[in-house]
Parts: sequence; C-alpha cells; structure tokens
Amino acid sequence: MPLVDYANPTRFLALQRRLAPVLALVTAVLFVIGLVLVFRSPADYQQGETVRIMYIHVPSAWLSMLTYAIMTASALGTLVWRHPLADVAARAAAPIGAAFTFMALITGSLWGRPMWGTYWEWDARLTSVLILFLMYLGLMALWRTLEDPARGARLAAILILVGSINLPIIKFSVDWWNTLHQPASVFRLGGPTIDASMLVPLFVMAAAFTTLLFSLHLAAMRNEILRRRLRTLGLLAAGGAR
Amino acid sequence: MSPFLGPYTGFIVLSYGLAALVIAALIVWIGVDHARLKRRLADLEARGLRRRSATPPEA
Repeated sequence: MPLVDYANPTRFLALQRRLAPVLALVTAVLFVIGLVLVFRSPADYQQGETVRIMYIHVPSAWLSMLTYAIMTASALGTLVWRHPLADVAARAAAPIGAAFTFMALITGSLWGRPMWGTYWEWDARLTSVLILFLMYLGLMALWRTLEDPARGARLAAILILVGSINLPIIKFSVDWWNTLHQPASVFRLGGPTIDASMLVPLFVMAAAFTTLLFSLHLAAMRNEILRRRLRTLGLLAAGGAR
Repeated sequence: MSPFLGPYTGFIVLSYGLAALVIAALIVWIGVDHARLKRRLADLEARGLRRRSATPPEA
C-alpha cells in the first residue's frame, strides 16, 4: 500500500495497532542493552562517574529538537498540503517534546552542578533550550484555547514554523557564542571526539529514546484521532438534542 | 558516598530517577487518555450515534 494511503485516519489506526507492540518490544530491548552498556562503560578521565548522566541527557536533548523538527514538517503539511494527519501529528508531538526538553534541562542542570559548579547559567545553549520548552508549552496552551480545530491548526502551524528558527540557534549556539556548555562532540565535521567505549552506549541509548519517541508519538496520534471523533459525535449529539 | 558511582552518586541517581519518572508519566498519561477516550466513544455509540464515514452504505 502506498505511504500516502496512511493519510486516512482509519488506515493509520490499523497501522498503529500493528506497529505498537513491535515498537514497544524494540524500545524495551534497546533500553536494557543500552543501560547494561552504560554501566559497563568506563568513567571519564576528567568527569569521573558523572559522565553517566550524558547517556540520558544527550539523547533527551537530541529528541527535544527532533520532536520539534517533526512538528515543523507537520506544520508544512498543514499549511501547504492540508494533510489530514498533519495537525494531528503536530498536536500529539508537543507534550512529548515538552517532556524530553524538560528531561534535557533537568539532567543538564544535575550534570552542571558538579561539573560547572552551578545548576543554571543564562548562556546561549541553556537559554535557547529553555525557550524551546516554553514554545512547547505555549503551543499546547494555544491548541487548548481555540475552539475551532481548523483555525487552531493553521495558527499553531504558523507559530511552529516561526519557532523553528530556534533549532539552528540551539545547534550552533555553542559555536556562535561563548558558553559554559561544551561544543559539539558527536555530530561535527572532524568526526566524534568521544571514545568508542562511550560512543557505542550513547548511540544505543539514543536509538532507545528514538524508538520510545515513535511509540509514544504514534499512540498519542491515535488518541488525538479518537478525540476528534469524540468531538464530532459530541456535536452530532448536541445537534440531535436541539 | 557510594564507591560504585563516586562522590556525585546523588546527582547521577537523581538524573536517572527523574528521567524514568518523566517517561513513566508519559506512558501512563497516554494510556489513561486512550482508555478514557475509548470509554466515552463507546458511550456515544451505544446511544446510536455514528459518524457519517463510519456508517455502512445502505444496500
């Protein structure tokens, strides 16, 4: 079946039902392998055991941005192609993105205190990630505020696209400004600066977090479709009662 | 402090604990939301309400 056929919500729900157990199993297996590798990996020569916070902080931070990138693609789908599932995808992703961003901020803070001597610093990287978190919260508030879903979808899509300017700012903030945060050490032109003994567990944990994101996102999209069906039936019931 | 995780054990354990808590909260929230939506949909359908697209075409 062509991919475009899954734009139909009923077909999407059938696909989600089939994929959910597979994704959940893959996620669980990846987390078990990842955590075993994390706690068998060596301590860092400078940071000691504290480096273990990296294995949850870095994937959370990556996914906080990946989720917003998914929402940006969905916003284009809403505005340009009027894809029936685009707004569903964006709306379902926002709370998950907010949770991953919250996790990145908290674990970063807990990593920063022993390494930098402070929980928080108003530098470019930390502040731009905080702005990302506030954008997620703002979008969720916007969707809840507007009664008309079509109008809400368009307004949210515009706001998401405007907010996407924050993604390159987050990524390059450590290069453009002086910050406490270390520069990129995995995805950089010269290759990773992290030893393979730490890089492999980091990638396995990142894969576990990514499959977790897809599992949760598909389930949240299913809920959003059901919520819209419920709204339609609620309107029909209200119309019939009149 | 723990000889296993060094002098900053508390920070490491708290990071993993909070991450687990956030992930668990997301899973529970999505599951509870799904159960609530299904129950409310079933209630409305039991009252004979159907979306147009869910109504089988008449023979």
